[in-house]
Amino acid sequence: MARTATVETPPKAPGTAAASPAPAARTKRDILRLHRTEHRWAALFVAAPVLGYLLFTLYPIGFAVYASLTSWNGLGPMRFVGLENYVDLISDEYFHKALFNTFFYMIGIPIGLALSLLLALALNRRIPGRTAFRTIYYVPVISSLAAIAIVWQFAYNGDFGLVNQVLAWFGIQGPDWLQNTATVKPAIIIMAIWKGLGYSTLLYLAAIQSVPASLLEAAALDGANAFQRFRSIIMPMVRPVTFFLVVTNVIAGSQIFTEINIMTPTGGPEFSSASVVWYIVRKAFKYQQMGYATAMSIVLGILVLVITLIQFRLNRRNSFAID
Amino acid sequence: MTQTTLPPLARPAAAKPEGRTPTSRTRSRRTADAITFVILVLGSAAMLAPLVWMLSTSLKTKAEVFALPPVWIPDAPQWDTYVRMWTEAPILSGFMNSLIVAGTVTVVGSFTSALAAFALAKLRLPYKNAIFIGLLSGLMVPYPTIMIPQFVMFSRLHWVDTLLPLIVPLLFGNIIMIFFLRQYLESVPNSMIEAAKIDGASYPQIFRIMILPMIRPAIAAQFILWFMTIWNDYLAPILYLNTPERQTLQVVIANLNVEFATQRDYPLIMAASFVALLPILIVFLIFQRQIIESVALTGTKG
Repeated sequence: MARTATVETPPKAPGTAAASPAPAARTKRDILRLHRTEHRWAALFVAAPVLGYLLFTLYPIGFAVYASLTSWNGLGPMRFVGLENYVDLISDEYFHKALFNTFFYMIGIPIGLALSLLLALALNRRIPGRTAFRTIYYVPVISSLAAIAIVWQFAYNGDFGLVNQVLAWFGIQGPDWLQNTATVKPAIIIMAIWKGLGYSTLLYLAAIQSVPASLLEAAALDGANAFQRFRSIIMPMVRPVTFFLVVTNVIAGSQIFTEINIMTPTGGPEFSSASVVWYIVRKAFKYQQMGYATAMSIVLGILVLVITLIQFRLNRRNSFAID
Repeated sequence: MTQTTLPPLARPAAAKPEGRTPTSRTRSRRTADAITFVILVLGSAAMLAPLVWMLSTSLKTKAEVFALPPVWIPDAPQWDTYVRMWTEAPILSGFMNSLIVAGTVTVVGSFTSALAAFALAKLRLPYKNAIFIGLLSGLMVPYPTIMIPQFVMFSRLHWVDTLLPLIVPLLFGNIIMIFFLRQYLESVPNSMIEAAKIDGASYPQIFRIMILPMIRPAIAAQFILWFMTIWNDYLAPILYLNTPERQTLQVVIANLNVEFATQRDYPLIMAASFVALLPILIVFLIFQRQIIESVALTGTKG
């Protein structure tokens, strides 16, 4: 493969002569020069992501920190107000509610993970059509969240929605799910579990299949029943996947927005479905309170960071416990 | 040589020779398998029901949508809905815009990501690991935290209501993709690259002739996953795109949902939503093996 490279004329490295001396007689100077050429090319190759990171992540963070300390409508001058926005957040009932709702939605995470672990165990058995099942359970994962939210909004309709029509088969009169403070959050949780199930199942399945069969056989020979084998072998072996899924789900869950905005465009009855990001978007782009919205977004960023770090800490302790 | 080990997904469960009572063992296992199968079938029905219902609603007449008792299968499928939606809503422009955004970003972004992954995995560069960890730390920053400053930046450039704010920031590469390509390249022996250098190949040549063909499968898998993510993106597009003809498909259907719901035209909403997820569904069904394997790999490596 490399041979063909010599056929073409090598373009000159920036600032240096083409570097292709005989390998035999290389002085230290030559090697240093070659390294410098390599450094230059490597720097050029990583330049795009580094520049992108500086321009579109790091600079915006710095800007956000400053903007959160100002009163600002996005167009006019930024008036420095110190920590006023953060102080206001403490007494903003809507923010409290949005925060509460956002955490409430995370109840769905352990439920979804438990269900998908069971599903993965089921799919791990020798069952006809396993591949087909895996594909079917994965379809909601790849489907557009906007389209899914539209369908589910309609499915939750009290009078002619799919959910209540199915419940009617069992003689249950379902509520008007999304118009009811008590049911709107559970409704959104159910949808989110439905959508994410295939993904976590897939990861669990891969992890279970990497459990050495000999380990399970030995346990079976020693008289461990199926539940004991699950608890003592499979659970610890899939722990890294659980950790990964919890972290990614919490990070994604803290940013829940699309389904809220589509299924409950006004934030639900009595603000009962609004999430933090939904409230940030509303404050920033509807009421032009950019400074205040940025302060909320900083709080959200810190929250995500802290949760991630705590989980990394917990995981470290867990993995020591296994060793 | 270039093949990394993927988790064997379709491996049959290991057959276990068991000493004690083989017949009762197999019988109870068979019963358990049958029960599992039934549960999986019911679960599949629950997974597909909303999508099937979407399709069936899109083919109903407006009257059938609200009929009680419900109509499950429309008497005369209204295929016309799939014809009239193109003229009654900006679905075609939505399609094109989504294609432009997702296509440009993934093609250019995959290239910049692959170059960076090559440098980070195989070339000498001072502070290489610090750079890599710095890039990775960007993954912890939630988009909502930086969306307002980004919006202000792009509005100063007069890019609001164009596709540019959705395209330009992503052309600089995708950290997740860099991470996996770098991982993939770890399996390439350094001696191969040294040999190519001695043969006089320049670094761009090494990348183009040697590295790129090697990491093609990994790029393809990440490319598809990334394309899906951008195609399905909703938050950034609704912030920037106001004019209906300039919106991406997801924003178009979300607005249809509001607009046509007041006219109770649910068949049209469902038809448009179905069309919005159809391309990705088709891509998934064609490449499902590769997609599922690379997703499984993502999880086990993460």
